[in-house]
Amino acid sequence: MTKVVRIAAGQGFWGDWLEAPYRQVTGGPIDYLMMDYLAEVTMSIMQKQKSRDPSLGYAKDFIPLMQRILPVLAQRKIKVTANAGGVNPGACAAAVAEVARSLGLQGRLKIGIVTGDNLLDRLDGLLARGHTLANLDTGRPLRDVRDHVLSANAYLGAWPIVDALRQGADIVITGRVTDTGLTLAPLIQSFDWRPDAWDRMAAGTVAGHIIECGAQASGGNRLLDWQRVPDLANVGYPIVEARADGSFEIVKHPGTGGRIDVPGVTEQLVYEMGDPTAYITPDCVADFTTIQLSQVRKDRVRVSGVKGKPATDKLKVSIAYSYGYKAVGTLVYSWPDALAKAEAADRILRQRLTDLKLSFEAIHTEFVGADATHGPLARKELAADDLPEVQLRIGVRAREQAPVDRFTREIAPLILNGPPSVTGFAGGRPKPEEIVAYWPALIDKQVVKPVIEVVQV
Amino acid sequence: MKKRLVEIAHARSGDKGDTANVGLIAKHAKYYPLLEKQVTAARVARHFKGMITGKVERFELPNLHALNFLLHGALDGGGTISLKTDAQGKVFSTALLRMEIEVPK
Repeated sequence: MTKVVRIAAGQGFWGDWLEAPYRQVTGGPIDYLMMDYLAEVTMSIMQKQKSRDPSLGYAKDFIPLMQRILPVLAQRKIKVTANAGGVNPGACAAAVAEVARSLGLQGRLKIGIVTGDNLLDRLDGLLARGHTLANLDTGRPLRDVRDHVLSANAYLGAWPIVDALRQGADIVITGRVTDTGLTLAPLIQSFDWRPDAWDRMAAGTVAGHIIECGAQASGGNRLLDWQRVPDLANVGYPIVEARADGSFEIVKHPGTGGRIDVPGVTEQLVYEMGDPTAYITPDCVADFTTIQLSQVRKDRVRVSGVKGKPATDKLKVSIAYSYGYKAVGTLVYSWPDALAKAEAADRILRQRLTDLKLSFEAIHTEFVGADATHGPLARKELAADDLPEVQLRIGVRAREQAPVDRFTREIAPLILNGPPSVTGFAGGRPKPEEIVAYWPALIDKQVVKPVIEVVQV
Repeated sequence: MKKRLVEIAHARSGDKGDTANVGLIAKHAKYYPLLEKQVTAARVARHFKGMITGKVERFELPNLHALNFLLHGALDGGGTISLKTDAQGKVFSTALLRMEIEVPK
């Protein structure tokens, strides 16, 4: 019988459904549980936490989750790949080890720790040696914002995780690795794929892309025929069933809700897509125009034909830096003339901000219920007179905090000294927020050295 | 006859920095050539006039009966900088579905 490896998605982001991983490990046979925790600016939040407390800086939710599922993982021999380690994979691993020991699993569990992605302490050396870390979008060199950098992490790929698995790790905890690497690594390990088997690398990368956002591939946030997606309350997260030739099927556990079909998988494939012929990861360059999808049967989609090209000699670096401040205030105006009242309030507020001589990089107004998501495309078809209510949503952004603070005091007065029929201000004054911005860059692969450690619990 | 894209296509979008992507997928293979012919980068740029500050790029995925559009300068700086409700371009896709194209009876 052909060997099949099953990799189940447990978390699509930090804050995803806590029930999903438990259901994945108990709902049917799987070999690996894959959990993606890191969004673009998550690392900077974790870096801040670590600077306040050296034992923090990882996805804390991961620990109670492991407490809940570790006994099942051990009993069913399910392995885990997760980038829950954030900027402190060692501390995350130590916390998991402690939980494992408290569950009586000492001697029965190995934890792999992947680091080497964190470049924060090396930044000045790298810049001095001519690595400009120029912004991929704007071309600006990093030295322009060097003093404001909060975190800097290279995206590692699948291979460091493969190393940890080969050394016997049951649970691999990483810092910044690509979402797709968390799925590709178990496939490389299971099928002993070679690094230059580019089509296989690309197939595993596509598999990872399909399941990295959790239920978004199995009926969640799915547009086509969304009303007919069954039982989302009980949605089954997606599972990759892969074979050594690189073909795989997307499935979910029996008896779960949601749907796995070609249109749904296609929606996930195009999510956050750039040039489809060059989906670049540290492991390969995958060509999404070669993907073939077919419905095998209900809730089972076959993916085949994926072609890949050699990996580049660069790694992407995710840098977070302190940018400035912003605040967003809202008020709700009711019929009659709901939109006209909200527009009048916006004009009055802007006049007052001008009169106060406050300087902002941007002031942005939306009328929620009229134009917030579709802008002028919605406005020209709007039956404005009929709207029962409109929310005025106005935001400001500045490099300095003072004007943003002052702005937050200008919303509430409008309740009594602006247009009528206003409500919805129970939340109080808006809070100024520090903006941590994202700076994508590239770096030569050779200067980043992944570090793999495997420890016995 | 003119039909809105929402009748013959579905879509999903996401972000990369200040760029929103919109993946436009034909509901049936027979509609893909209509999308390919009529939903050009120039047409999409006109559709989103006033909503984006940069250019529009188009990529074809005939294997998935889909087009992928990159809308540059769509997100007021994007990510955490943006003041928009849809700072990550999650529903930009639905705005494209308002576009009308000519569909043979």
